[in-house]
Amino acid sequence: MFESPVIPETQALPGSSLMPLTVKGLRLELGGAKVLNALDLALPPAGCTMIMGPNGAGKSLLLKLLHGLMPPTSGTIDWAGTPAAQATKQQALVFQKPVLLRRSVAANVDFVLKTRGKDQAERNTLLDHVGLLHKAKQPARLLSGGEAQRLALARALASDPEVLFLDEPTASLDPASVLAIEAIVKEAKARGVRIIFVTHDMGQARRMADDVVFLHGGRVIEHSPAERFFPEPQSQAARDYLNGRIVV
Amino acid sequence: MQSLGDALGLALSLVLSGDPDLFEIVALSLQVSLTATAVACLIGLPVGALVAIGRFRGRGAVLIVMNALMGLPPVVVGLLVYLHLSRSGPLGFLGLLYTPTAMIIAQTILIAPIVAALSRQVLEDLHAEYAEQFRSLCLTRLQTVQALLWDARYSLLTVGLAGFGRAVAEVGAVIIVGGNIDHLTRVMTTAIALETSKGDLALALALGVILLVIALGVNAAVQSVRMTATRQAYV
Amino acid sequence: MLKRTIGASALALTMAGGAVAQDQSIIVQSTTSTANSGLYDYLLPIFEEDSGIQVNVVAVGTGQAIKNAENCDGDVLLVHAKPSEEKFVEAGFGTSRTDLMYNDFVIVGPAGDPADVGGMEDVQGAMAKIAEAGALFASRGDDSGTHKKEMALWGDTGVDPTAASGDWYRETGSGMGATLNAGIGMGAYVMTDRATWISFDNKQDYAIQVQGDEDMFNQYGVIPVNPEKCPSVNLEAAQAFADWLVSDDGQAAIGAYKVADQQLFFPNAPE
Repeated sequence: MFESPVIPETQALPGSSLMPLTVKGLRLELGGAKVLNALDLALPPAGCTMIMGPNGAGKSLLLKLLHGLMPPTSGTIDWAGTPAAQATKQQALVFQKPVLLRRSVAANVDFVLKTRGKDQAERNTLLDHVGLLHKAKQPARLLSGGEAQRLALARALASDPEVLFLDEPTASLDPASVLAIEAIVKEAKARGVRIIFVTHDMGQARRMADDVVFLHGGRVIEHSPAERFFPEPQSQAARDYLNGRIVV
Repeated sequence: MQSLGDALGLALSLVLSGDPDLFEIVALSLQVSLTATAVACLIGLPVGALVAIGRFRGRGAVLIVMNALMGLPPVVVGLLVYLHLSRSGPLGFLGLLYTPTAMIIAQTILIAPIVAALSRQVLEDLHAEYAEQFRSLCLTRLQTVQALLWDARYSLLTVGLAGFGRAVAEVGAVIIVGGNIDHLTRVMTTAIALETSKGDLALALALGVILLVIALGVNAAVQSVRMTATRQAYV
Repeated sequence: MLKRTIGASALALTMAGGAVAQDQSIIVQSTTSTANSGLYDYLLPIFEEDSGIQVNVVAVGTGQAIKNAENCDGDVLLVHAKPSEEKFVEAGFGTSRTDLMYNDFVIVGPAGDPADVGGMEDVQGAMAKIAEAGALFASRGDDSGTHKKEMALWGDTGVDPTAASGDWYRETGSGMGATLNAGIGMGAYVMTDRATWISFDNKQDYAIQVQGDEDMFNQYGVIPVNPEKCPSVNLEAAQAFADWLVSDDGQAAIGAYKVADQQLFFPNAPE
């Protein structure tokens, strides 16, 4: 049903004005608990960064902080000097559980196009791109899990983001849906969208990652290129995690 | 003692006889209460939405006041509106007392707090679901309110219905500001009050039955819209 | 109401086609008995056909009607409490007061007649007897014309019934019809004007127990509201209505109105 999209290369990779990203001394305390603890991170300008780590490592919260959905307790997040509010506007986030509006599939995309003052004509291109054009008129909340996440992706792409965050978007999806979503994300990356992706799926990480940030105990334990992280992780925690052992 | 059966029979024969007075009264009831509901929604929904998404000082106090105003006694509202619209009152020059407009004003004041308070709850629940997504999209406050109102539209229909139910059933306010004038401001409830005071309990009850049937009809219509919406997961 | 006013609207329709409507309307602040007994439903179509003036009636208690008129919320006052009406005119709210018609008050009670007042004429004597027996008595308690009359009669007897308020003396604080409904519901004596009683439909086993005392006389008066106090008043139309009521035509119409073959109001405007 879903076919890998073929989108014409309209322009050369623009290179995001938000990159590189520099994070320094990031702390987050929630209800007295230290979730992120003096976290430092520097991300290269392009590609797909996978954020991995055991449950409770603070991956999702890190994404939200980076996206500007919540303020850190202390520390700085520097999107190449772009003001925080402006940075958020040039990014999009796809949640693990897609939050779809109580409207049709088409209206969900229209909503974002309209708030960004963009041409509604782009909607069908976007829906076609994620293989949902034939369901444009259907209620969004009756879509299957995979379809719903594809719609969430189409909606995220509707705002033309320079950075796309994905928070375990394929958790609990069937293999075909996982591949479909990966294809869309890869295509976005090819157009120059900076991808920052949280996942637990080892196969997915190997397929998608350019570099891997391994998070544990609220800190970055390891940040390596993918081709090094998977064969020879540098930290004991990452080795245990990759081998399926419980990391404490 | 007149029985409910008598009243039902009388209600039926009144409707079947096509009594023009009856239809005039029913039409005015619907006109006044539906208009009041519409105006109350225009006022109450944005207020409810702003309070739902707002985080401001004194919000708790606003909530308490809004919830308390839901219990406004109709007679008090009627008196307040009377004092303002009376020829000797500040708005007397408008000449609105004893007109359907005065009745609409009174019922609007009566039910706007109901619409605001109930919609606040509905919209706050919905906002809890949407808030992060909306922050991610960098929506303005206005865009957030618009989106919430639209997406909660079927739940808000029920809120409007609650307001309409209170408006169409109240007598205390409209009898004071409308005056229960025949062919001018007589509605179902004031007609029922009048027939009761004449001791014609059967006719009063028959009118009550008709009012009940109208309320049932409106409720059924809204319910069927909601069911369609539920099937599409729009509720 | 409905059957009576079908005729009225039919008349109004033919009228609109015939006489050139002057497109004038007035508001009458009225006591309830004239409205609840159907008198207006009978009178107004006749007047409206004659004059082209539409009359809108707000029927509340006499006390409320006077207050509303003092607030300039009416063009004509039609009530039954002569001292209050004269005060209203003296204070400048009304142009002049004219006697319009009368009927009388009666005391109705249950068939059992617990205070044994049935057939009495002496109203003060009957009321004293009711008080002595501690039999239930339902009062309007709403400052209406009927209530004022009742309090004056209690004053004559030397009994202060409000001392027993909540005991045998029950103040409903409601209109005549509501007080009758409540009184009949609890088996209490009730003082009412005859017109309301005759046209009242929920009599159950109640009957008139006390009547015929000249102190039970009930005079109605009509007063146009004074435009000097209330500039919004349509004096021309108000005066036309008041004049018509006391004219030969109006008086004849009042006398001709009957419910259950009984005349409810007796015209007595001065010649």
